[in-house]
Amino acid sequence: MRRLLLSCFALALATPLVAAELNLTVQIPEQKVAEYHRPYTAIWIERADRSVAAQLAVWYAQKDSKEGAGNKWLPDLRQWWRRGGRELALPVDGVSGATRPAGQHQLNFVDGQAPLGTLAAGDYVLVVEAAREVGGREVVRVPFTWPGATTQHLTARGSSELGAVSLDINP
Amino acid sequence: MHKRTLKWIVLAAAIAAPLAVQAHKMWLLPSATNVAGADPWVTVDAAISNDLFHPDHHAASLEQLVITAPDGQTAKPANEAVGKYRSVFDLQLNQQGTYKLALVSSGLSASYELDGQKRRWRGKADELRSAIPRAAKNVQVTASSNRVETFISNGKPNDTALKPTGQGLELVPVTRVTDLVAGEPATFQLLLDGRPAGDLKVSAIAGATRYRNAQDAITAQTGSDGKFRLTWPHAGMYWINATTQDDNSGSKFASKRRLSYTATLEVLPE
Repeated sequence: MRRLLLSCFALALATPLVAAELNLTVQIPEQKVAEYHRPYTAIWIERADRSVAAQLAVWYAQKDSKEGAGNKWLPDLRQWWRRGGRELALPVDGVSGATRPAGQHQLNFVDGQAPLGTLAAGDYVLVVEAAREVGGREVVRVPFTWPGATTQHLTARGSSELGAVSLDINP
Repeated sequence: MHKRTLKWIVLAAAIAAPLAVQAHKMWLLPSATNVAGADPWVTVDAAISNDLFHPDHHAASLEQLVITAPDGQTAKPANEAVGKYRSVFDLQLNQQGTYKLALVSSGLSASYELDGQKRRWRGKADELRSAIPRAAKNVQVTASSNRVETFISNGKPNDTALKPTGQGLELVPVTRVTDLVAGEPATFQLLLDGRPAGDLKVSAIAGATRYRNAQDAITAQTGSDGKFRLTWPHAGMYWINATTQDDNSGSKFASKRRLSYTATLEVLPE
């Protein structure tokens, strides 16, 4: 019995076997418009001084198509562009991808793995920015503490180009 | 003096003052200040007008156009055209970084009397002697130095093209000049012949003046280090301007030099 108690104690003390992770859901709302183009979307993590801690995703038309000519329109993601998007040599493996349709998009980021990398403990803001050709532009910000002591469920909502954004953090 | 008379004088002065500062404005207006992609181009208007940025008076001469590329070398415009009210040119941005586009002019202006009539002349310093008749009386010569600029970044900005030439009134951005955001303060430095230009008034007027009833200029004063700070009330294209004068005319015929610096800067929403 005493041995069992001790081993339970040791288990609790040991570093968790599962690395901390961020589970993110981003909703791209449907738009009732005659001319629809999927939005360019960028997701990144900001430090308190607004510098970029991690570039998580950028969805854009990577080739010339009816959706737009490659990276010509990337500066329309104005905040992302200014905060560091323009310094990326695109495409970036695991970060850049094609534009996505309306609907819920689930993303998972694991501590110590690209593109999240190793994030120092502290306060951050998850930023989602979307800009749509002949449409609007919107930024949704979700402040969080990393990794935190307990599970966090955080939500925010856009009103035009982004719908619900939910962030679940498992420390 | 009667109180009533004083009131009318004050009122008349108030009406006259705005008219006095409503000189024509020269500007460059780029179609974008941040570009990216495989083959980025911008198109730029150049004009002298009353309304910002509506060409309503005179085209700006493109003979004065100097484009400095991100590597510090001179770049050439394409598709230049001079119209009645505006000039237009295109620029292909072959390099990554910040371009400086400038209309640079300097010269002399003279006023004199000939046969009892007042006359004016404008031109280059070496033309002065042959331009003014020997019989001219009351000859007054003033030197002028004007610089009208705008800035465009392709990809990541850089500072090479922003190095001052050391001649006339010039702007050195402290805040990245193509990264201006509504509500965020931006700092710049004014130089006069390469040295800090202290105690100068700088004014900034947002475009689309035609659609409002006031200029709504915001102003700042340069410190002894030549630096000034502006906080943009809203997004848009802004026309910023500073003027001064001094005795360094560079010509033995002119005692005074008038200097002007102007830039068109884009401010984006947060």
